[in-house]
Amino acid sequence: MAARAPQVKMPKQPAEERIHNFEEVARGYTEQLAIEEALRCLTCPNPQCLKGCPVDIDIPAFIALIKEKRFDEAIKKIKEKNALPAICGRVCPQESQCQKFCVLGIRGDPVAIGRLERFVADWELEKGVEAPPSPAPKGGRVAVVGAGPAGLTAAAELARLGHRVEIFEALHTAGGVLMYGIPQFRLPKEIVQAEVDYVGKLGVAMHLDSMVGRIHTISDLFDLGFDAAFIGSGAGLPQFLHLPGENLNGIYSANEFLIRTNLMKAYRFPEYDTPINVGNVVAVIGGGNVAMDSARSALRLGASEVYIVYRRGMEELPARVEEVENAEEEGVRFMFLTNPIRFIGDEHNRVTQIECIRMELGEPDESGRRRPIPVEGSEFKMDVDTVVVAIGQSPNPIIQRTTPGLETTRWNTIVVDEETGRTSIEGVYAGGDIVSGAATVISAMGAGKRAAVAIHEHIMGKKR
Amino acid sequence: MYRIVKKRALTSNIKMFEIEAPAVATKARPGNFVILRLHEKGERIPITLSDADPEGGTISIIFAEVGKSSAQLGALEEGDRVLNLAGPLGNPARIEKYGRVLGVGGGVFVGAFLYQIRALKEAGNRITAVVGARSPEHLILVDEVRAAADETYIATDDGEVGQAGLWFLEGLLQERRFDHVFTLGPTSMQRDVSEMTGPLGIPTTVNLFPIMVDGMGMCGACRVTVGGETKFACVDGPDFDGHRVDFEELISRMRVYNPQEKLAMVLYDKVM
Repeated sequence: MAARAPQVKMPKQPAEERIHNFEEVARGYTEQLAIEEALRCLTCPNPQCLKGCPVDIDIPAFIALIKEKRFDEAIKKIKEKNALPAICGRVCPQESQCQKFCVLGIRGDPVAIGRLERFVADWELEKGVEAPPSPAPKGGRVAVVGAGPAGLTAAAELARLGHRVEIFEALHTAGGVLMYGIPQFRLPKEIVQAEVDYVGKLGVAMHLDSMVGRIHTISDLFDLGFDAAFIGSGAGLPQFLHLPGENLNGIYSANEFLIRTNLMKAYRFPEYDTPINVGNVVAVIGGGNVAMDSARSALRLGASEVYIVYRRGMEELPARVEEVENAEEEGVRFMFLTNPIRFIGDEHNRVTQIECIRMELGEPDESGRRRPIPVEGSEFKMDVDTVVVAIGQSPNPIIQRTTPGLETTRWNTIVVDEETGRTSIEGVYAGGDIVSGAATVISAMGAGKRAAVAIHEHIMGKKR
Repeated sequence: MYRIVKKRALTSNIKMFEIEAPAVATKARPGNFVILRLHEKGERIPITLSDADPEGGTISIIFAEVGKSSAQLGALEEGDRVLNLAGPLGNPARIEKYGRVLGVGGGVFVGAFLYQIRALKEAGNRITAVVGARSPEHLILVDEVRAAADETYIATDDGEVGQAGLWFLEGLLQERRFDHVFTLGPTSMQRDVSEMTGPLGIPTTVNLFPIMVDGMGMCGACRVTVGGETKFACVDGPDFDGHRVDFEELISRMRVYNPQEKLAMVLYDKVM
């Protein structure tokens, strides 16, 4: 068998240019590149990629349509299962999902399924998106709490099944983490808005500025006439290190740093009203995707030196490999096996230094990763202007606090039946980070979709 | 969009708005705040509620025009609309029967203070109110407070009207036995009152308003140290035990964006 061609590369903005702007780094395939990449697909009789898709997209079918230049049908094929393809094509960790199972991956590069998904989604957005014909009404009314990936997916699915859906979103913009968390240069907000608008075109009504738990409680929603509720309120609560000096000025949670930058567009201050302080030297604590997003945002906001401070090693970084590579290309510096132990400030209560300690890796812990252990006597201080704490997010607690009878775990996640997303309260379902703790966009979407099916069955059962 | 149905100038730079927001008005309680955004490029502006009218479907806010966003807000007229209004946010104040209550309200927060006095009065408390301001021309709602409270003192920093500063409270606190003290006002004022009541062991509730972005527990900009623990004013507060708050840290955190705020104001003035 002839050697297969390598994966077609996606054009990217050069690192030295892109660190000065917030425009998207990866430019997407052209028609020609997309067809070239699609032609690499073997159209296996027993496609393995399907196993890796949490929302069950018919991957070989849409790729076959791209091969034949039938882009319109390709995107329709994807949208049978996924209402947010331009988003998924950009931020899904395909390397650990569909592409992980692609047989081409055994001896070479898997088909770039994500890039192809993105290509057809962008192709459609450019030409204008049509809503599918409305389904026959089934008479159900469903309230969806939170317009993030889980909520949007559940809403889209329920609308397609013929139910009346209203989303209650706490912020002034729909999209959740896609808007406030993931930066413009990785996921343009115009793309998110376009896909949110598509969900609107499916007939879903959107109530912004409406924080469930404050303005309406879950039980109020039933009084308002909803038959069921889906909670997708996400993992919005930032975790801190609880170290001395952590409330010094200049120390941001990653959430705050990214909300100011992405949602409020602080990178365009003073044209936009929300400011941000960055300074020259920025240390980002943590090694996940949010840490990479923060570090790369800091560079673009004008920092001259940006460090990732991570207590384990390169091998253990939880961020996607692609994001780590992008960060490295852009000049983010990595301090592995390093852990902060306190923050030191000046007379104005501004952070000036971090005291750190070197770590070494011991035996594997519960997560299977080797446990970092401090090296005695290895303390040192580094000068910083700004610190971003990116060590994780916890579930937002408001709904749990205001919903009596809703069963939760000790991590404050909502307890659900894995298959259906059913909670301890009849008619109330949940999915996404509020159930799993901080995870991926696509796993939240998968949960939203499963819950939508269960909600549909619940409503149809009641109406019978 | 949320329509401004009534606008009133209380002083040269303090304005009161009634805004149509029926769902918020139904749920609003004293101590809650709302977050406004005026336009697509605007910041999220947290403002403590001064009142709510569930029947009329409106909420009231009182604010001072001290920066670009508040100046822009103040420039709106009746019939104009704000783009976003989220609320009620934060935990409501604990309204219960304490007995003899001393309330100290200052500056622009006297509106929110009055909202709370009325609720506490209804809960059966005897209320001594102190209304403070920098100088007489900054005093607001004095008559309304007088009508709502059992007795009312006025205090100005320069002493031109009423008491000079809050030092008279030292004597008042010794003389009377208050069961509960609450404050709404500038942070330094809330600190001073807490420092006076601390040694006397009188439970004191302060209402904090650090810098916030989302106001919904997401960003942590509003973190305050209370009893050595980090709390988020937006979801754990905004009311806290005044004897346990690290006020110096809070005050320094509230100044972080002063340079940017000045810049924004200078640019705004140029345009206007």
